Amino acid sequence: MRPVAATSTPAAALPELVPDPVELPAGLADLRAEVRSFLDDERGAARWTPRADVWLSGWDESFSRRLGERGWLGMTIPTEYGGHGRTALERYVVTEELLAAGAPVAAHWIADRQIGPSLLRHGTEEQRRAFLPGIARGEVYFGIGMSEPDSGSDLASVRTRATRVDGGWRLSGTKVWTSGAHHAHAFFALVRTEPRDDAHRHAGLSQFLVELDSPGVEIRPIPLLTGAHHFNEVRFDDVFIPDARVFGELGNGWAQVTGELAFERSGPERFLSTYPLLASLVGELAGAGRADAGTRRRVGSLVSRLWTLRAMSLAVAGALESGRAPELAAALVKDLGTRYENEIVDAARLLVDIPPDPGAESGFARLLADAVLHAPGFTLRGGTNEVLRGIVARGMGLR
Amino acid sequence: MARNSDLADLAASILAAGSDDRDGTGLDTAAWKACAGAGLTSLTDPDTGGTLDDAAVLLEVAGADAARLPLAETDLLAGWLGRAAGLAAPDGPLAAVVTDATGGDRPAGTAGGTVTGSGGTTGTVSAALTRVPWGRSLAAVVVLDGDRVLVLDTGAAAVTEGANLAEEPRDGLTLDGVTPLATGSAPAGAAAELTLRAALARSLLLAGAARGALARSVAYAGERTQFGRPIGRFQAVQQMLAEAGAEVAAASAASAAATSTARRAGFAAPETAFAVAAAKARCSEAATAVARIAHQVHGAIGFTREHALRLVTTRLWAWRDEDGDEAFWNDRVGAAALDAGADGLWPLVTGRP
Ligand SMILES: Cc1cc2nc3c(=O)[nH]c(=O)nc-3n(C[C@H](O)[C@H](O)[C@H](O)COP(=O)(O)OP(=O)(O)OC[C@H]3O[C@@H](n4cnc5c(N)ncnc54)[C@H](O)[C@@H]3O)c2cc1C
Repeated sequence: MRPVAATSTPAAALPELVPDPVELPAGLADLRAEVRSFLDDERGAARWTPRADVWLSGWDESFSRRLGERGWLGMTIPTEYGGHGRTALERYVVTEELLAAGAPVAAHWIADRQIGPSLLRHGTEEQRRAFLPGIARGEVYFGIGMSEPDSGSDLASVRTRATRVDGGWRLSGTKVWTSGAHHAHAFFALVRTEPRDDAHRHAGLSQFLVELDSPGVEIRPIPLLTGAHHFNEVRFDDVFIPDARVFGELGNGWAQVTGELAFERSGPERFLSTYPLLASLVGELAGAGRADAGTRRRVGSLVSRLWTLRAMSLAVAGALESGRAPELAAALVKDLGTRYENEIVDAARLLVDIPPDPGAESGFARLLADAVLHAPGFTLRGGTNEVLRGIVARGMGLR
Repeated sequence: MARNSDLADLAASILAAGSDDRDGTGLDTAAWKACAGAGLTSLTDPDTGGTLDDAAVLLEVAGADAARLPLAETDLLAGWLGRAAGLAAPDGPLAAVVTDATGGDRPAGTAGGTVTGSGGTTGTVSAALTRVPWGRSLAAVVVLDGDRVLVLDTGAAAVTEGANLAEEPRDGLTLDGVTPLATGSAPAGAAAELTLRAALARSLLLAGAARGALARSVAYAGERTQFGRPIGRFQAVQQMLAEAGAEVAAASAASAAATSTARRAGFAAPETAFAVAAAKARCSEAATAVARIAHQVHGAIGFTREHALRLVTTRLWAWRDEDGDEAFWNDRVGAAALDAGADGLWPLVTGRP
């Protein structure tokens, strides 16, 4: 065996894993206070009950409209499209307050998070005017039509096909796991517009803006393991899509979808799904005076991790705000954040002797039950952790 | 904090060079001189125009390059304590020691000891100090003893050599009937602030060392071939390195966020105490995972003395415990969380009550 000499440090050669830290401007404290007092009023009036994983399951259209009235949806959309021309960091503050409170944000979530920004970047003027004002009012809801029965992690293998016809396209195929399709007005479908070329698997994909009440669209529920109706199978049987609903550039679907994913992956929802359970856990422990050293340390570790994840996620938001798409950092935050969401579930199970109760109206037992039953989804949705790590490995130059 | 990339480049160019004795246990004298010449040993001294952010950049680079220099001890700890007490300290490497008589809730394993005698301008003192970083190489040690601060010349000290896991000197110093170079009174809260400053500095060093360990591992995975291809092409290896990448990113983000909180709010602010506690705990947790993965990826060669990997992994193991391990700091974070209760937790985390 020949010893390897100490080489000069390669530390500088690593790509940026996390963007520069962001300090929220002091002025945002007022906005935060406004959101908190609104949420206090809502809870006081029992308009909803805090729940875990609200951005998946808390569908409440009237709540979304109330947020719209306050100007807290479509915040980064320019005013000419009904938005509010505010910064990504202002939106971040509103979003994290809603999630921490366990407020029912599912109805507008996808539209506000990624469809709005996508429409601004790739949409036609007519498409923007048709959809953005309704999104900002909390009245127009969207889904995401990416996955298919045989295309999950390997998204480039989608088989739904669009064929050119007079004045538009005809779609045939099946999408699955489509969150909220049974309530949503429209979704973006990723489809093949050119035959698959094995040498260029990402070429020949396009996105269409499909209104879900179009003739030939069939939406069938796929119940979650809890029995709840959240996601769906969406079938296209020769569905006509007019040229005006082609989204972005034909053949550019892969790049568009990847751009959307940067917004989809880095947000605070990737570590706050189980935050209401953590708060409830702290409440139980503080109330019971059960603060032995081991418990304090475990809670402390969860809170240190939360604080760190928030710093990382803010850094990514800051980079997005300045026009960059930090794909590597977004993947890292999502991997770490979604595993963290599971850690809260385990700590809550083990630190407090209250069994999960899916029948409870509210409180720790109900939050724990919801969190346990929803946990499998955390590390799947938006791209699985294994696939994200592949992205990280590529970013670090390993593949 | 806008990261100062010129400073990072300057620091890297000085520190990556190292000295001939890079594998030794003593001070890297050549690098110290270069750093002192470039003003890097007193960045947080307001007179030099540096900032805490600059010091943070330097410490991360020093951690990544396994620099054998008491930069944090000299600048952020002893330099600060001396200045805060209105005392001048000699040029050269310094360390701060908080004596046992000072009291306060301090982590185990940090420098301590006792001082007897009156000091002042005429009196003499005797001191028995333990675990003093780079004790054998110091120009002076700045001691916080109750409500007084003493600057002691270590030239006459009897040294009992000791070291941490990374072979960085942690020495015993015994001084008998010496006249202090200077004596002053301690600012309020000095012990608590030193504890926080040390933990923040250590977090930054840990974040750097973690980055250094990851960078070495990624580079190695690209070079080492087995089964006819670089091991970095195997998905199992990629998954491990991606996990290490997430831990490095977390350590970096946590130490940077604590730095900006301290700069903005000052060390006396409760939000700084919270942020530093969370950062040191998180960086110590990251150290464990990153060192484990770095060694797994390197195979047997990384377990040898000849290989440079140990320079960063032994630091990860040493530093994760120094200035408070994750149990110490998570205990504080947990106590703050339980005090805040269910409704106060979120304001605590966001730092905006
Ligand atoms: C709650 C929820 C909501 C969702 N909502 C939507 C939605 O609204 N719209 C939509 O389009 N999709 C949605 N999805 C689908 C989601 O994007 C997919 O589940 C995900 O991309 C994984 O695909 P899959 O389920 O087919 O798993 P598969 O791709 O079959 O993967 C199965 C397992 O194999 C692993 N694996 C696969 N390939 C690799 C590889 N190359 N290397 C290592 N491991 C690999 C995976 O990590 C996973 O562990 C949703 C999913 C969930 C759980």
